[in-house]
Amino acid sequence: MHSSVITFPGSNCDRDMDVALKKFGFKNKMVWHDDVELPKSDLVVLPGGFSYGDYLRCGSMASKSKIMKSVLNFAQGGGKVMGICNGFQILVESGLLPGVLLRNKYLEFICKNVFVKANNKNNSYFKDDKKDIYKFHIAHNEGNYFCSKEQIKEINDNNQIALFYSDENGNVNEQSNPNGSLQNIAGIFNKQKNILGMMPHPERMIDPALSGEDGSIFFENLINNLK
Amino acid sequence: MIVNEQLAIDHGLKKDEYKKICDLLKRVPNITELGIFSAMWNEHCSYKSSRFHLKNLPTEGKNVIQGPGENAGVIDIGDDDAIVFKIESHNHPSFIEPYQGAATGVGGIMRDIFTMGARPIANLNSIHFGSPQNKKTKNLLRGVVHGIGGYGNCMGVPTIAGQTSFDESYNGNILVNAMTLGLVKKDKIFYSKAAGLGKPVIYVGSKTGRDGIHGASMASASFDDNIEEKKPTVQVGDPFTEKLLLEACLELMAGDSIIAIQDMGAAGLTSSSIEMASKGNLGIEINLNKVPCREASMTPYEIMLSESQERMLIVLENGMEEMAKKIFDKWNLDFAVIGKTTKSKKIELYFDEEKVADIPVNILVENSPMYDRKWKKAKLPKKIKIEKEIFKTLKVKNVLNKILSNPNVCSKEWIWQQYDHTVMGDTIQKPGGDAGVVRVHGTNKAVAASVDSSAVYCWAHPLSGGKQIVCESWRNLISVGAKPIAITNCLNFGSPENKENMGEFVECVQGLGEASAYLEFPVVSGNVSFYNQTKDIGIKPTPTIGGVGLIKDYQNMITMDLKEVDNILLVIGKTEGHLDQSLFARDILNEKNGPPPEINLFNEKNNGETILKLIDKKFIKSAHDVSLGGIITAISKMCIKGKKGATLKKPNYLINQFEYLFGEDQGRYIIEISKDDLESATKILQENSVHFDELGAVNDDSLIIDNKTKVSIDDLIKSHTNWLTNYMEN
Repeated sequence: MHSSVITFPGSNCDRDMDVALKKFGFKNKMVWHDDVELPKSDLVVLPGGFSYGDYLRCGSMASKSKIMKSVLNFAQGGGKVMGICNGFQILVESGLLPGVLLRNKYLEFICKNVFVKANNKNNSYFKDDKKDIYKFHIAHNEGNYFCSKEQIKEINDNNQIALFYSDENGNVNEQSNPNGSLQNIAGIFNKQKNILGMMPHPERMIDPALSGEDGSIFFENLINNLK
Repeated sequence: MIVNEQLAIDHGLKKDEYKKICDLLKRVPNITELGIFSAMWNEHCSYKSSRFHLKNLPTEGKNVIQGPGENAGVIDIGDDDAIVFKIESHNHPSFIEPYQGAATGVGGIMRDIFTMGARPIANLNSIHFGSPQNKKTKNLLRGVVHGIGGYGNCMGVPTIAGQTSFDESYNGNILVNAMTLGLVKKDKIFYSKAAGLGKPVIYVGSKTGRDGIHGASMASASFDDNIEEKKPTVQVGDPFTEKLLLEACLELMAGDSIIAIQDMGAAGLTSSSIEMASKGNLGIEINLNKVPCREASMTPYEIMLSESQERMLIVLENGMEEMAKKIFDKWNLDFAVIGKTTKSKKIELYFDEEKVADIPVNILVENSPMYDRKWKKAKLPKKIKIEKEIFKTLKVKNVLNKILSNPNVCSKEWIWQQYDHTVMGDTIQKPGGDAGVVRVHGTNKAVAASVDSSAVYCWAHPLSGGKQIVCESWRNLISVGAKPIAITNCLNFGSPENKENMGEFVECVQGLGEASAYLEFPVVSGNVSFYNQTKDIGIKPTPTIGGVGLIKDYQNMITMDLKEVDNILLVIGKTEGHLDQSLFARDILNEKNGPPPEINLFNEKNNGETILKLIDKKFIKSAHDVSLGGIITAISKMCIKGKKGATLKKPNYLINQFEYLFGEDQGRYIIEISKDDLESATKILQENSVHFDELGAVNDDSLIIDNKTKVSIDDLIKSHTNWLTNYMEN
């Protein structure tokens, strides 16, 4: 399986994602934002970080990068594109996913472990996964998902919510919502479910010496599904 | 502008310093030159009050690759890997403008690290605020935390540990000390010593603006009523540009085109160019029209004194300019050849085809003033007498609740949750432990780091306090299973022109020197911050120590959370029940006098090294050093982290329960050992003549003391975690 991780100016989880993908068997290539062509890929990842410093709306500058034309074509042709954290923000800004990511409810950066519950497993990202509730890590300032009433209806009608913030037992409620996100949304798909954007960082959970191994479960399952 | 004595005084120079300048130059300096002198000769850059004493610190050791004098210290961690680290203060700017002051402090220290070729792998910070009741404290704390997070998070470097304290002596002068560790291969370390004649001098990074002019001079003076006017002297940070600068520099450093590199920190282009020339014993010629500027019509004076951030000066091999420029173009950064090295041994500046400065480098550096300031020796205070009657009025449970929720003891999660502490995927011990630990990427090794200070002890008796703080740093590293290697120090004091404050400095430095020599824990880098005072009132002396240690196999790292019910708890080191200057004495008895606890360096070293032996044998399940708040505070934290309880019993040789539980005797640790290993472990302790007492055993739900006091884990957690969040959010 071939994967590509795009490095934008200010990306800072690109190396972490490279380490994770390689650990679970992907042949990964790092791609510079100013390149035009994507290498042959089964999966394209937009990593976390602060592209262009997040000085304008997060992800908006990066969504205009040269490489994004190729990413757009790749995605529209059904290619798998995953955006983590800042990568999710870029996907939203580029129009590949609906909605926006606002500043966290309490206006502070949050770095901690959270539980997320998979909502729709009928897709290449979560199919056959042995878990429904994952312990993942979040680290963001703008993860408060929001969209219009029409959009959220459409998202629900098409079963586009990928992950909810939940508690350990999978209860989705206000106490388990770390950032004020609409309906506790932690990640969403496009209609076709080939594009996934999520705030949590599975690449930080791939080692028992770190916080845990739920990221390992996610990546192992992902590569099997893509095969 | 006419330069005269008054203008020199307005620049922070003293009368006799101005006279010395005129004598050395054999003429009156022009305005640009006066600016350069004021920047180089202020306290912050010249260390004129501290050099005399700092030279006595132990700076060598078998793992030291580079001691003080470079951008940062460097230590050998084996297999051709080296760790570059340093701590630095950004106190004055952070009080004036907390967000930018703290952010640029973090940015500045990271630049010091990657200037030497190392990729930053961990940040730490030690921050000190006035009393929580002071009306400025909350906003300063919020601003500083946002600033530290804003910069470090954007750079993608994890913030792995820190220290926060509150004391009314910081009401008018907060402290913000930032530390960074970087990883480099031993043969790829870069230095600031220029070499060779006619080599191009290159400017890279952000453009130069009018921000931060005289920042270093501002940081070399006390505050007065007109502090708001000093806002323009605070620099403005741009972490995004620094991230680009980091990647671009490391890309250029992969080759061998760089002769010397120096970041533009305090005193900007002035100090960076002069330091490179001075170390290389040669001259530098700069055409200031070539310096990339943010604003039109900046004068030579402004260009030389700007402290705009995210800039570097590089001396390159001839013919490498085009190759280097391509790298900086790729990262959208400015790149300009602004001058060359010369044999003149002078700093020569040109602007609009006119020579605007012409100063021999040695005048600025070697002839800079050095003062052996007057200082007063502190007496060891007499021990206080505590009326035994008072203990009868106290309940352990209530006292414990008060101590655990004390602002200086309580959980700082509200702070460190705002710092990305897991990016880079190697953080194996997060904030909240004895030390932060990161793996050396792709290896089995890990590096532990801790920041510590004990201003109260240093204030009560500077010599003991200075020793204590080095020992505490050592203990924190031992507690996570790391072999302590070296330290960096950030010496925060009041005015050196006041003999009491100067005495505090001299004796703290003496104490920390003694301890670091004895423990073979040398000082490899550091920074001095004087004039932390408003009008005549200085802060409590606050030397901050950043300690670094090595764990050879990260699987052997120790954490403080209690692991298993029925395991045995031992206290390593002797408990005498020293209450003077303890949190108990100050917070519960309201008694602020008396000597700090005594330091026994022999025991300190022996206890620590013996614990490492026990860790090697895998006998230790959890460990925590005993510090502020004594044994009961230490064991409470272990209970909270492990969500387990402990049953404690006071040894018979101590009569008073409060002295036993809350005394702050030094050189102590609590360790958890399984019953099966107890015999072998105690044998090792006895063989090494280490004093230990049996503290009790692990249970599953409460802290129980002498069958009289019982506190549930939930209550411990409540006491420990709520204070800061409630304070900040109400």
